[in-house]
Amino acid sequence: MPKSMSVVREAIAGDEADDAMVERVAAGQAKEQVKAGRKVLPIVEGVVLVAALLAPLVLQDYLTVFATRVIILALFALSFDLVWGYAGIMSFGQALFFGSAGYGVALLARDLDITNIFLVLPAGTLIGLTFALLLGGFLLLGRHPSSVIFVSLGTLTGSYAADRLARGWYYLGGQNGIPSIAPMSLGGYEFTEGPAFYYLVLGILVVVYLLCRFLVRSQFGLALAGLRENEQRIAFFGYKAQHLKAIIFAIGGAIAGLAGSLYAFHEGFVWPNMVGVVVSTQVVLYVLFGGSGTLIGAVIGTVIVEGVSFWLSDNYRDIWPIILGLLLLLVILFRPLGLISFVLGERERVGSFGARPKGTEKETEKEKRNAAP
Amino acid sequence: MPLLEAAGIQKIFGKLTALDGAALTVGENEFHGLIGPNGSGKSTLMKCIAGAEVPTQGKVSFINTDITAFTPTERARAGMSLKFQITSVLPTLTLYDNILLALQAQSSLFDLVFSRTRGALHDQVMTMLTQFRLADRAFDAAAALSHGQQQWLEIAMALAGKPKLLLLDEPTGGMSLEERRVTGELLQPIKKHCSLVIVEHDLDFIRDICDRLTVLDQGKVLASGTVSEIQANKSVQEIYLRRA
Ligand SMILES: Nc1ncnc2c1ncn2[C@@H]1O[C@H](COP(=O)(O)OP(=O)(O)OP(=O)(O)O)[C@@H](O)[C@H]1O
Ligand SMILES: [Mg+2]
Repeated sequence: MPKSMSVVREAIAGDEADDAMVERVAAGQAKEQVKAGRKVLPIVEGVVLVAALLAPLVLQDYLTVFATRVIILALFALSFDLVWGYAGIMSFGQALFFGSAGYGVALLARDLDITNIFLVLPAGTLIGLTFALLLGGFLLLGRHPSSVIFVSLGTLTGSYAADRLARGWYYLGGQNGIPSIAPMSLGGYEFTEGPAFYYLVLGILVVVYLLCRFLVRSQFGLALAGLRENEQRIAFFGYKAQHLKAIIFAIGGAIAGLAGSLYAFHEGFVWPNMVGVVVSTQVVLYVLFGGSGTLIGAVIGTVIVEGVSFWLSDNYRDIWPIILGLLLLLVILFRPLGLISFVLGERERVGSFGARPKGTEKETEKEKRNAAP
Repeated sequence: MPLLEAAGIQKIFGKLTALDGAALTVGENEFHGLIGPNGSGKSTLMKCIAGAEVPTQGKVSFINTDITAFTPTERARAGMSLKFQITSVLPTLTLYDNILLALQAQSSLFDLVFSRTRGALHDQVMTMLTQFRLADRAFDAAAALSHGQQQWLEIAMALAGKPKLLLLDEPTGGMSLEERRVTGELLQPIKKHCSLVIVEHDLDFIRDICDRLTVLDQGKVLASGTVSEIQANKSVQEIYLRRA
């Protein structure tokens, strides 16, 4: 995907997003403050949830299967959003954790006949976590902060190397990967493609989403915001910035692993691309497109990118990747904060972390008064 | 033993020797002014002390510990705090969150994840904002503040961790006369529990609040002593005359 890659390269090269952010805060302050009064995010989240709950009722069967895949990818996108959108870590090898967990559970099913959902999903999560701890430990845990280039190239290389390894390793099925994985099971029940699998995956997405939401709104989330905005600065307050990064990177790896194991069972096979650069890039696009640094943005981005690709590939068989590339480019040029920024103000995107104990009423009042132009 | 002792600090950037054996000694509860012409190495010396730059040579001791090899995080945890010459508040965060971010820096991971300290820190955040005359803007983004107010916010953030030593690099840059006066007032009370190293071009300001001065010129210490000693020093008068 040459187009998509150039998009990513741009994102690495320029701090456009940051600059634009600062400008927006400074210039559009008045406007932002008006927006600060209402809360858009819960509404967007509610709408997306309702739509997701209703989808299988209105979609044809083959589209429910497609939608299941999209939900799994949205879970994967959340993992990348935490790492990049919230902590500012340039992880361009997120598929490494997604795919290695996929391979891991595929091997469990193939070689040990283990398909029980309560074993394979924790196993996949653990595989993602372990790989992220290892790679993150190596890339992020130096005595001094590692450079952006080092981290982005390191993660990219990790993903690339895993892809090559999977292709060359006979035990992992080489180029063909591991086909016909047995379905995930619970007692005698088997999860095959369809509404049941869909709602299972949706349930998992909602739970993980809520956990992430809790995390990014906690004081830990404030520390992440500091990390993202000015890592060096917060080290001078006494934060162990590298530790924070390694932790969020590991959490991201675990979520990617969970998504990867669901993906493996849903598709019924795993193949080398799943750990490789293509999928690593794909997840970057989901998040860029939807809006990094908001959880719902990652979900929306995944749905839209996948949905549009699906539709385009049906209708413009040959040139659809080019159209998709252009679309992405347009969004990133004109909406560096993603589609979500059409409805979401800057103030709400960044959020507030402070407690409003006792005087809650009074302070919200004051805030409202300040907000009035 | 002095609180801070930096000795023989040399810092070379490529071909440029920014510091050439500079030294700085600060006692407990002492306000120490660091002055000198533009480019004399004041900011570089501050950074070497706080760990933002690694000196090419030299030794820094703080509270009887050799901290030359410490990272900025370790120095902060040992009780040192720095306000850079270029203000670096976090622009998209609210003032409230900027202060909270600084206050919670040493909370444990568990406390952070479960937000266990934010209730307890609320009063401290509001007290600091009130003290620095920023309370009414608590929930504005820091980017919306004037330059002078950003400096105050940053001083407040630097003080949040209750440091033993505060390093301020040109805290009154861009401030009006009145704002300068207020800054001086805001700094006075910290003397009870904290030492200060302050870089300033405003010599009246320095004279008013400092106990001792060190004068840097071309990376070397030209003179160091009490304010009156420095004022009487011939070579100091010369470099300042030369400039004028
Ligand atoms: N990162 C760097 N790389 C190269 N040269 C540097 C760097 N930082 C500072 N210098 C140079 O080192 C010298 C001392 O700079 P420094 O900023 O310490 O001076 P200063 O006394 O703080 O000046 P001012 O009063 O203008 O703030 C200057 O000549 C400057 O150009
Ligand atoms: Mg300077």
